[in-house]
Amino acid sequence: MQTTNWVPLFPEQASTFAAHVDLLYAYLIVVSIVFSIPIVVAIFVFAIKYRETEKFATPEEMHGSMVLETVWSIIPFVVSMTIFLGGALVYFEQFTPPDDSMEIYVVGKQWMWKIQHQTGQREINELHVPVGRNVKLTMTTEDVLHDFDIPAFRTKADVVPGRYTYLWFNATKPGKYHLFCAEYCGLNHSGMGGYVYVMEQRDFDNWLSGSVSGQTPVEEGKDLFMNKLGCASCHAGGPAQRGAKLEGIFNHDVKLVGGATVKADENYLRNSILNPSSQVVEGFQPIMPTFKGQVTEEQLTSLVAYIKSLSPNAAAASSSTSAAATTAPAANANTSAANTAASKPAAHGNTSNK
Amino acid sequence: MQSQEAISHGYGSKQKLNYLTNGSTLRSWLLTKDHKRIAIMYLISVSIFFLFGGLYAATIRLELLTPASDLLESATYNKVFTQHGILMIFFFLIPSIPAILGNFLLPIMIGAKDLALPRINLLSLYIYWIAGGLVLFALMQGGVDTGWTFYTPYSTTFSNSYVMLVGLGIFINGFSSILTGLNFIVTIHTMRAPGMTWFRLPLFVWAHYATSLVMVLGTPVVAITVLLLAIERVAQVGIFDPSIGGDPILFQHLFWFYSHPAVYIMILPGMGVISELISNFSRKKVFGYEFIAFSSIAIAVFGFLVWGHHMFVSGQSIYAGLVFSFLTMVVAVPSAIKMFNWTATLYKGSISFDTPMLYAIGFMGLFLIGGLTGLFLGAMGLTVHLTDTYFVVAHFHYVMVGGQVIAYLGGIHYWWPKMTGKMYSEFWGKISAMLVFVGFNLTFFPQFIVGYQGMPRRYASYPEELQVLNIFSTAGASVLGIGLLMPAVYLMHSLIAGKPAGDNPWMLPGLEWRTSSPPPTENFETMPVVTWEAYEFGEENGLDIEEAKRREAALV
Repeated sequence: MQTTNWVPLFPEQASTFAAHVDLLYAYLIVVSIVFSIPIVVAIFVFAIKYRETEKFATPEEMHGSMVLETVWSIIPFVVSMTIFLGGALVYFEQFTPPDDSMEIYVVGKQWMWKIQHQTGQREINELHVPVGRNVKLTMTTEDVLHDFDIPAFRTKADVVPGRYTYLWFNATKPGKYHLFCAEYCGLNHSGMGGYVYVMEQRDFDNWLSGSVSGQTPVEEGKDLFMNKLGCASCHAGGPAQRGAKLEGIFNHDVKLVGGATVKADENYLRNSILNPSSQVVEGFQPIMPTFKGQVTEEQLTSLVAYIKSLSPNAAAASSSTSAAATTAPAANANTSAANTAASKPAAHGNTSNK
Repeated sequence: MQSQEAISHGYGSKQKLNYLTNGSTLRSWLLTKDHKRIAIMYLISVSIFFLFGGLYAATIRLELLTPASDLLESATYNKVFTQHGILMIFFFLIPSIPAILGNFLLPIMIGAKDLALPRINLLSLYIYWIAGGLVLFALMQGGVDTGWTFYTPYSTTFSNSYVMLVGLGIFINGFSSILTGLNFIVTIHTMRAPGMTWFRLPLFVWAHYATSLVMVLGTPVVAITVLLLAIERVAQVGIFDPSIGGDPILFQHLFWFYSHPAVYIMILPGMGVISELISNFSRKKVFGYEFIAFSSIAIAVFGFLVWGHHMFVSGQSIYAGLVFSFLTMVVAVPSAIKMFNWTATLYKGSISFDTPMLYAIGFMGLFLIGGLTGLFLGAMGLTVHLTDTYFVVAHFHYVMVGGQVIAYLGGIHYWWPKMTGKMYSEFWGKISAMLVFVGFNLTFFPQFIVGYQGMPRRYASYPEELQVLNIFSTAGASVLGIGLLMPAVYLMHSLIAGKPAGDNPWMLPGLEWRTSSPPPTENFETMPVVTWEAYEFGEENGLDIEEAKRREAALV
């Protein structure tokens, strides 16, 4: 949105679907004008031509016309259906993240955006992404509703406490773009925003290597799982394990006690940590304690990331990146070279090989 | 037969008691069962709330003159826009046309002595006062900062403002709305004068019938929603709070299940007024009467099925979104039918440009923009970008202010001579109608552009590059403000110094013009018998046009 126009009319088009949204917008403006002009012209012409010439005159009566009514019911219906279809197509595009997306975790909090990259970098109110990559945001919030909004990408999505919501984009132009919170969230709502920086892959790699990074989400999740929370004592190893096996579970259907089947997606995993007795896997006892209040949203995100990394072959949206991240040696988390290498998934080498 | 008698202009009946002169004690007003007196009391109270809501609006526009939040700090700004919304929606837009014009005119238009349930009508006014008093008290005590939508979990867990008291006010106010709607339905079914068949009803009455259905069926849902919110706030039982098994999105479903139909509670009566104005000031039977009547009912019915279009980015399933988007598009059709029929009504009419007609023509222009931009917001792919931006703010102000408020003002000007017996200054009336139109467009049109730029709503501060359009908007708000204050002055002035209006100043056939101005307490001297179709302007319907012309000539 760095247009230099005196009065900017459009925000910059900086994502793959920005042009589609603008096209839809243009189509609606054309429809509006085509629809309005005859009405406005008719109102003006009638108002002038048929203005009162004689006080309290009684013009001839006219009751209506079935033909006209039918015509002007059908035309708006057909036109509105084309708008509906156009809108639906763009919407499907906006809310269907491609499978090869690079995944980034977002946690909203009154009043800041906390962002965590697969490679361990964390940022606040800033999001750095490479140009030309599919990026998928997995988002939740610690408190109230927020909404992650990047006008230049023509997309936004609510961030809802208690569940994960998703947003994806493919940024097409390097630059700095406004990031807003669009869902009213209290005192500093209008201050809860920052910028999205879209960088050339090379600059992004530099940024990744220069940025202080902690544990990757997968590493942090593994640490929590193995050591801090003790999940491993029931969920990993041995034939006598008391908890469901988590390897390969992500994005697969699991049978629950009572016969229902549910897909083990991020929201299911999250819920199973916080409300373990609500969806018990068939063959297990509801003996797992809740971890509510013991883990933060960010730790939950990491746990889910770790469990996802145990299913490398699941056709997960994030499979390529999480696999890449797991291969990064933990000891090298702060070593820029190894880190950068790990963050460059082979699938996207074409943009970064220079 | 009454209907065949030529209608006089009421100069001979000056000495007779009318509803205003029949008792002048406070008690005779506060304990009245006369729908007209109740309407006048509503008029005064609703105007006070409109004034408060307008002052909040002015404050918002002043704050947004500059990108920084320099006039108001965020805490105050959040309260100001919340209170603007709550007062305007629940205490001005929803009651204005039904409770004032509907209350006053509906019984007269169908030839009844009063509403079917006059005591209930008075009760609804008292409920409105109690609710409004509670809310004003809460606002004076410190106000509320949740937004008028009260989205959870902010409103249940995080806001420490006066959510409960304001919620209670809205809960109580709902009963006023329900009782008014119920009263109208019963009245229209049971109290029509002989000969007043369903298809002879003025379209104003049809619109109120449709509105009443929405009031009666929809309002209980908002009452329940507010009640659940209160329970959750007090007891944290886990209705909306996800950390104890609730669902914050559930609140949005419940809230919009009422609040989208409520949009039609606000706009349908306005459409009814406009149908009257367009037809009467063109002196032509409204084109496609049945289509306009049934399109009101269609809008009321479909209005209940589109609430999910407020939630396209809430994480709602794509397929649910498809259904809501489709139904939203379907609602465009009855609205378009009305627009075409109003335009066609002008064709070959005899159009006079009195103040109410200027408002009506302004309505057509503004509602056209408001309606069409509704399509932008119903198109899912586009609305993802537009949701929660100023585009939405501009759109619903075009519908609510450009539609409802303009129709309300047009209606007040149109029926003012009937309600008060006095004629206001046409000159100032026309000036104000034009100022409102220009000021309104200057205020809200730039907001479409600033919204497409991405400026989120409910922001006290915004990026600097958006300031130019915001300056236009604030400048427009000043013009609009002047345009809206003017009627308050010259209408009041007309009470003291206005010329007597006569019974039928516009020479129209509707029943309300066949009784004296102001009407007697029981509306008609003798029960009218209706032998004419709605909107028939000829002398054969008892209109003494020669006499009217003589009087008109004498006035000039």
